[in-house]
Amino acid sequence: MQGDTDLHTESGNTDPLLAVDGLTKSFGALIAVNSVDMAIAKGSIHALLGENGAGKSTLVKMLYGTLQPDAGRIVIDGKPETVASPNHARALGIGMVFQHFSLFESMTVAENIALALDHKPTPDQVKAELTDFVARYGLAVDPDSTVGDLDVGVRQRVEILRVLLQKPSLVILDEPTSVLTPQEAEQLFGVLRQLASEGKSILYISHKLDEVRALCDDATVMRHGKVVARTDPREESSASLARAMVGSDVTDAVRTHRALPADAPLMLELNQVKYEPGSLFGMALKDISLRVHAGEILGIAGVAGNGQKELFDVLSGEALVDLDAVRIEGHPVGRLPIAKRRERGGAFVPEERAGHASVPAMALSENALITRKAPEDGTLGSLGVMKFGAIRKLSETIRDAFDVRSAKGDPAASTLSGGNLQKFVVGRELSRKPRILVVNQPTWGVDAAAASFIRTGIMNLADKGSAVIVISQDLDELLQISDRIAVLSHGYLSEPLDAANVTLEQLGLLMGGDGSSTASDPEAANTPGMERSDAA
Amino acid sequence: MLLEGILITIVGAATPIVLAAIGELVVERSGVLNLGVEGMMIMGAVCAFGAALATGNPYAGIVVGAAAGVGMALLFGLFTIYLASNQVATGLALTLLGLGLAGLIGEDFVGTPGVRLEAITIPGLSAIPFIGPALFDRDILVYLSFAIVAGVAYVMFRTRAGLVLRATGENAEASHALGRDVRLIRLAAVAFGGACAGLGGAYLSLALTAQWTEGMTAGRGWIALAIVVFATWLPGRLLVGAYLFGGVIILQLHGQALGINVPPQAMTMMPYLATIIALVILSRNQALMRRNTPAALGRAFVPDR
Amino acid sequence: MQLELVKRDAPSGTMLFAAPFLAIGLTLLTSGILFALMGFNPFEALYEYFVSPLTELWSVHELLLKAGPLILIALGLAVCYRANVWNIGAEGQFTMGAVFGSIPPILFPEWTGPLTLPTMLVLGIIGGALYGSIPALLKVRFRANEILTSLMLAYIALLILDYLVRGPWRDPGGFNFPESRNFSDEQSLPVIVEGSRLHLGILLSFLMVPVMWFFMSRTLAGHAFKVVGEAPRAARFAGFSSSALVYGSLILSGALAGLAGIMEVAGPIGELRPTISPGYGFTAIIVAFLGRLNPWGILMAGLLLSLSFLGGEAAQITIGLSDKMARVVQGLLLFFVLGCDTLVRYQIRFSFGAPKTAEQSAAPAAPVTQGAGDAA
Repeated sequence: MQGDTDLHTESGNTDPLLAVDGLTKSFGALIAVNSVDMAIAKGSIHALLGENGAGKSTLVKMLYGTLQPDAGRIVIDGKPETVASPNHARALGIGMVFQHFSLFESMTVAENIALALDHKPTPDQVKAELTDFVARYGLAVDPDSTVGDLDVGVRQRVEILRVLLQKPSLVILDEPTSVLTPQEAEQLFGVLRQLASEGKSILYISHKLDEVRALCDDATVMRHGKVVARTDPREESSASLARAMVGSDVTDAVRTHRALPADAPLMLELNQVKYEPGSLFGMALKDISLRVHAGEILGIAGVAGNGQKELFDVLSGEALVDLDAVRIEGHPVGRLPIAKRRERGGAFVPEERAGHASVPAMALSENALITRKAPEDGTLGSLGVMKFGAIRKLSETIRDAFDVRSAKGDPAASTLSGGNLQKFVVGRELSRKPRILVVNQPTWGVDAAAASFIRTGIMNLADKGSAVIVISQDLDELLQISDRIAVLSHGYLSEPLDAANVTLEQLGLLMGGDGSSTASDPEAANTPGMERSDAA
Repeated sequence: MLLEGILITIVGAATPIVLAAIGELVVERSGVLNLGVEGMMIMGAVCAFGAALATGNPYAGIVVGAAAGVGMALLFGLFTIYLASNQVATGLALTLLGLGLAGLIGEDFVGTPGVRLEAITIPGLSAIPFIGPALFDRDILVYLSFAIVAGVAYVMFRTRAGLVLRATGENAEASHALGRDVRLIRLAAVAFGGACAGLGGAYLSLALTAQWTEGMTAGRGWIALAIVVFATWLPGRLLVGAYLFGGVIILQLHGQALGINVPPQAMTMMPYLATIIALVILSRNQALMRRNTPAALGRAFVPDR
Repeated sequence: MQLELVKRDAPSGTMLFAAPFLAIGLTLLTSGILFALMGFNPFEALYEYFVSPLTELWSVHELLLKAGPLILIALGLAVCYRANVWNIGAEGQFTMGAVFGSIPPILFPEWTGPLTLPTMLVLGIIGGALYGSIPALLKVRFRANEILTSLMLAYIALLILDYLVRGPWRDPGGFNFPESRNFSDEQSLPVIVEGSRLHLGILLSFLMVPVMWFFMSRTLAGHAFKVVGEAPRAARFAGFSSSALVYGSLILSGALAGLAGIMEVAGPIGELRPTISPGYGFTAIIVAFLGRLNPWGILMAGLLLSLSFLGGEAAQITIGLSDKMARVVQGLLLFFVLGCDTLVRYQIRFSFGAPKTAEQSAAPAAPVTQGAGDAA
């Protein structure tokens, strides 16, 4: 209640470009968007704030015509419109940059852009049109390169160019900076401000409050599908915006124990790991070395697609490398599969919670079994006969201990919300009290309360003397929980930096470089590494 | 003369496979895997035979054969695209149903002489030694097979329609987000595939033999599926692959004529063995395979609204 | 009109059971229409086809006799399909089981004793398993699609059998008929119901139903097949080797199909012939799906599909219906089973609104002619 009232409210004084009025959409029993009103002024950068699951994406999908509202109306330039389809949205001057890229990976940049343009240009015509925009907004891309080969940051440039070429009057961006380095994000803000100064409106969806305060001149805050505040974010503090978003004060545990005893035993090490992934657009790992000691949390920063998935696979044993390249407590394990590494005290939480960490269609108890079929878990009898009583009990224990909220009984993993499923898969590993934990993107797409819960669990594990590696794109998260932070860029891993002293700028430069100059491999040190970030 | 004779028969053996495979290539490029080629093909064969017999006009047979293929394909499309049923299993169902229905429809045709599709001689070109009689003194379906391959190659890689088709097979969600009617695009591709398979079947019962025998497709639909994989979803390679296969099939005929002393069963086995070998050889070229495999192949797309 | 599928949060329990029955109902309806189109009284034809085989004891025996191999093969196929391994070459594995198992009676006809029959059965299992392991090898080593390789191998197996019974394995005293020598009593499965052709193998086949149910739903190995089929990455994460599961599923289903093969020739047939199966290996695919890949479901489905064979034969004799009808009925049934499966995962809604609103919204922007307005 408090969060709803202590914000400065602002009334639109100009005719809005787009207004929505009582917009509602439900999926089954869930009312994803509940009678939402919102107005976006011409030439403004309007923030749509809210936690994961607050209904932001559903709202903009209705604006872009991929979903149809159950009730309410959308008014564009004073005219009520039914946005029947994305084509129709584009015809109405609405362009959208998606959170999960909707690019076609095996096609060229020019083909990708051509597909999105309704005047049906050929890829060659697109190239000509592109030149002008590239020069005007400083968004350099090679139209003939294949999208799958591009960095995530460049892909987003393609997405943005694709929208700009449609010459929209309203540009919607869904969490655009989650895949960018701080420097790349700054550059994007420059482009957005330029667009706004040209009279275009921008709807900027985010849950990053500092960004919104720096960039936007208007904000709508959503929680549980409803609008809970309208405000000028420049006049708010991050704390007041966070309160409005979450509905209560969020207290996130802070890691204090950062000094590592000199004799802390070495738990996990990688020695010059080279790994070539089998997938089409994967990133090869180049001479990666790292060491993690008991009681230490090593953060690995970097933008998605720089080798995170591959590094996780090498650490977990889902990808095998030279025997000596991976050591657990001094034992070479590089050729041992994941089950053997679990026996040695390893626990792993992959990025993709549905489909990798869990089987969506299976019950939670069956999902508990996935990593908990060791003898000490008591889930298996002789000849591999499953003990369902013990398996259910284990699943119940995890659910109780980690506050997993779900339907009663033993529901399928697919019925849980993202945050609750993530708590379950993290809890499944933490409750084993592993001596080594490797977790990739622990709080990606998870609501603030669950994220805080998960981070606290990870920190507690380290405090009890386990070694932890956290791979994350979220720099704030890494700065909060890590002792040391290394940056993964283009398959190279930088030397770790002390988390207490490192700045966002330092990390950003490492993330934007091609990685080789600061790589742990000394031979690569003389290659020029900063070219990319200079050009950017 | 022998060489010329071999060439002529190779074209005959390859044409039905080319027709069925090029249709399936378009289907798979849209992201749908239709394993029912054999079923559509045999329905095309029996319906073409029947229509030609009834009208005395082989061209009517061609049209009806293609239409039968389309009908079967639309049934498959309704289930897999609009009801999101499992594509692999539904394709098998289509094959079983097609074989059954064709047997039922064709019961009275067994042993009846059919109407043969006559050759259309292309003046001048047909006089070229070796390839003239093999390629330019043929029936319309042979010419059509080349025209369709060329047309598909052009449309797929040189036009916007082809771009949209490939995009749908690569990432249906993204295509949908751009406002394309993914299901309609796929249904159209599936229908085209059915028409091509029907033509392939029509070639069997109108041109290659001019008779109807039960199960006369003898696995050619499946071989066409293998050719699509072998061709890594590229029309040019598909043509090469189908003709290599035609060569293998012909080898068994001429092998006996040349007096090679192996059991006839071993000869009949050749196309099936060759299919397996082709799939194994292909594995050496994983890079090419991965670049061209439609990423969404076989996955149902259900838009949420 | 627009057809919309609305995904259910969890599979519908009601539909899990109702869908197969709905599919059977739709198949009966469509078959009835087909019978009528072919000039038969649909009710009489349906009766002759689906009911009359159940009215006499001997034909109930025949029903069980044909259901045995269907069930046994489908139990193995279900493991494959659960694991997302598309073995459609069970007909070939059945055939090679029969060929391998026939080695003792054909090559060593003099060797008859209590061990002969068990040896034959074991050889049949080995033959089927080996033949099933070929597509597994090709898939794991060369990434060759198992759908195509297993089917091609089925064609090849049928030709190998054809070659053997017309060539080296032909009965020397058989007047040049393409048949092997007849199996003796010691080389054949004993009959368990006096006066019928029901043999021990049928009992064995039915006994495999609870065994496979226990394996698939109560053991970690069975669970592994399900996990890899549902989410391959999660299977790798769980530590299940995907190659081992490909080999495992194909060898297991090959072994069961091979066992069915040797039990067919050492049972009702009693010799090797060019044709030893009315397409059991293919029909078993339908059995597996109709039974929802569940062993108990497969038991019911196997009986039903067996009825479709018998009904085809019966209706041909009594009312002159084409024997080709059985394949049509089976094909229709699989289609409807798969279509009704959608109801388990989705709710189906028909909407009439969405496309219309597009026109309505376009209307104020660009006034249209009266005719078009009326149409909307």
